[in-house]
Amino acid sequence: MPKFEKPRSMKDVATHYCPGCGHGLIHRLLCEVIDDLGVRETTVSVAPVGCAVLAYDYWDFDTMEAPHGRTPAVATGLKRVMPDKLVFTYQGDGDLAAIGTSEIIHAGNRGENISVIFVNNGVYGMTGGQMAPTTLKGQTTATSPHTRRVEKEGYPLKITEMMAVLDGVAYLERTSVDSYANIIKTKKAIEKCFRAQLEGKGFSMVEILSPCPTYWGMSPVESMERIRNEVVKEYPLGVIKG
Amino acid sequence: MKNKDKTRPVINKERCKGCGLCINVCPMGSLTSPGEVNKKGLRYAILKNEDKCTGCGMCAVICPDCAIEMREREKKS
Amino acid sequence: MKKRYLSTGNEACAEGALRAGCLFYAGYPITPQNELIAYMAVHMEGRGGVFIQSESELAAINMVLGSSAAGVRSMTSSSSPGISLKQEGISYMAGCELPGVIVNVMRGGPGLGNISAAQSDYFQATKGGGHGDYSVIVLAPANVQEMFDLTFDAFALADKYRTPVMILSDGMLGQMMEPLEFDEEIKPQGIIEKPWAMTGAANRSAQSIKSLYLGDGALEALNTKLQKKYEHIRTAECKSELYKCDDADIVLVAYGSIGRIARSSIDDLREKGIKAGLIRPITLWPFPYDEIKKVSKKAKKVLVIEMSAGQMVEDVRLAAEDDSKISFHGRTGGGVPTEKEIVEEVKELYA
Repeated sequence: MPKFEKPRSMKDVATHYCPGCGHGLIHRLLCEVIDDLGVRETTVSVAPVGCAVLAYDYWDFDTMEAPHGRTPAVATGLKRVMPDKLVFTYQGDGDLAAIGTSEIIHAGNRGENISVIFVNNGVYGMTGGQMAPTTLKGQTTATSPHTRRVEKEGYPLKITEMMAVLDGVAYLERTSVDSYANIIKTKKAIEKCFRAQLEGKGFSMVEILSPCPTYWGMSPVESMERIRNEVVKEYPLGVIKG
Repeated sequence: MKNKDKTRPVINKERCKGCGLCINVCPMGSLTSPGEVNKKGLRYAILKNEDKCTGCGMCAVICPDCAIEMREREKKS
Repeated sequence: MKKRYLSTGNEACAEGALRAGCLFYAGYPITPQNELIAYMAVHMEGRGGVFIQSESELAAINMVLGSSAAGVRSMTSSSSPGISLKQEGISYMAGCELPGVIVNVMRGGPGLGNISAAQSDYFQATKGGGHGDYSVIVLAPANVQEMFDLTFDAFALADKYRTPVMILSDGMLGQMMEPLEFDEEIKPQGIIEKPWAMTGAANRSAQSIKSLYLGDGALEALNTKLQKKYEHIRTAECKSELYKCDDADIVLVAYGSIGRIARSSIDDLREKGIKAGLIRPITLWPFPYDEIKKVSKKAKKVLVIEMSAGQMVEDVRLAAEDDSKISFHGRTGGGVPTEKEIVEEVKELYA
């Protein structure tokens, strides 16, 4: 059920995110799920390096920082010595799909019983809108000024599909926050993701397509439309595994 | 539609960043931006047409900043 | 009851960690530390701990960062090239004030170098290694027994000061076998409460572990706090072994494997009528500057011997008042100064 108020697991503070940024929305959804599952006091999360680096200022449960991309390794250390806790990482596309590719794949392959919230907005936001591994073909960024040309910059990385072939991975879903209906679906996916861990099924991850109006150079409303009209064509929504 | 007339969005003006997602998502067109800015200089949203609002809560769900809460309408005296 | 074993240095180190209550180990294979990771693989689970062979050195140190943040005594080990990779994580652990033990079984460098013993990571270990203003406590064992003892002590030091501690060993020490003795009933020492640990916000408010301080002056405040801690460690934890220094005309300074070889050469030199003594730093950070200053004042000559092109010698020069007394003898790339070589060098200086 959708909630219409600030979740208990979220601190009552304004975030530093730009207007229309998807992070605030996704923060709220996962906090709602943590409230619904009643696990706030047994949750330990790992924040990434990227726009969400200050997540511990917004979440009212234990949260630690990891070096860029090492987030799943830090979560592995936490979960292995505290198997009774809900341990999840929150990672952007740079953290997860570029510098942390090795850590995410091996955490998945080991079947680490952790959950991953993977926020894909196709750019490096914190550093000023550079090209990410997930940047779309033809997209202009600070470091792909001639657009992303596949012959030079390669293809958008579909890391969630890559993860699907790993036997240790229990659950993968790609969702979006572009509309009311998809926001509700995203919340359900986060809940399934956390439940998979609580039931000891192994590695679970939700990839969430999220807007970055600032570095997409468009309004928040146009950004949501871009997800709907362009981004989902490259990154189709739905359950990928599990 | 039991709740139809019961709840209305209450917008935290200072928390609002003026992204406009709520205005866009509202099926009844009952939200707007008056063009005024809050202390941070951001054009916040307001509930323009309370009578048209059905209390569906889509604005609160799409708000990235927890700036909208659905509350029971205060009875007018 | 004390029992005697025949053990490699690497295995003694691992056993010392287990006896100290280390319940988490992550590592990656690299020669010459492989006996250590293999020992952990065999013994960790049986003692109720977690062993992970990680996908990389980066992952290993960051797993340790996670388990340590949960309040569990944790360790990783590697050899020189692998330790270079771990530097990122060590810097974060220092910044986050997380305890942990990192073992470097040094081999020759730079680059891939070779797999022979070397001491060429002294600078990296004692002068920071990663980015930022920080120090880690560095302990330098000189025999298999100390591989056990110093590793055992390292965990209590790490917890006490909330800091990473490095065991700086080398390939010779790691792989040689000799007797090891310890009390079967030995219990972990220096166990303290860790209220800062990431254990969930039950009956307390939510907390975080981080090294990011963006606020005006916030990072400077953290650094001031760290430096204060380091200053305290400098005064409280400095350790060295002095051997026949009281009447020494010539003082050798050497640590680790070479400290041990130098010690044998002292006896040889004394038999030849040369009054030689040895200072063997046991903590390389903090470095025993005062001890070296004191002893070198009385001595006519100071000879620093290392398996490097000359790294610790810089600290000895800082410690000694008279730079002209100091000379250096070093071998690199797997070359080991022999007892005979040291004796010849001293005889030349003495002449």
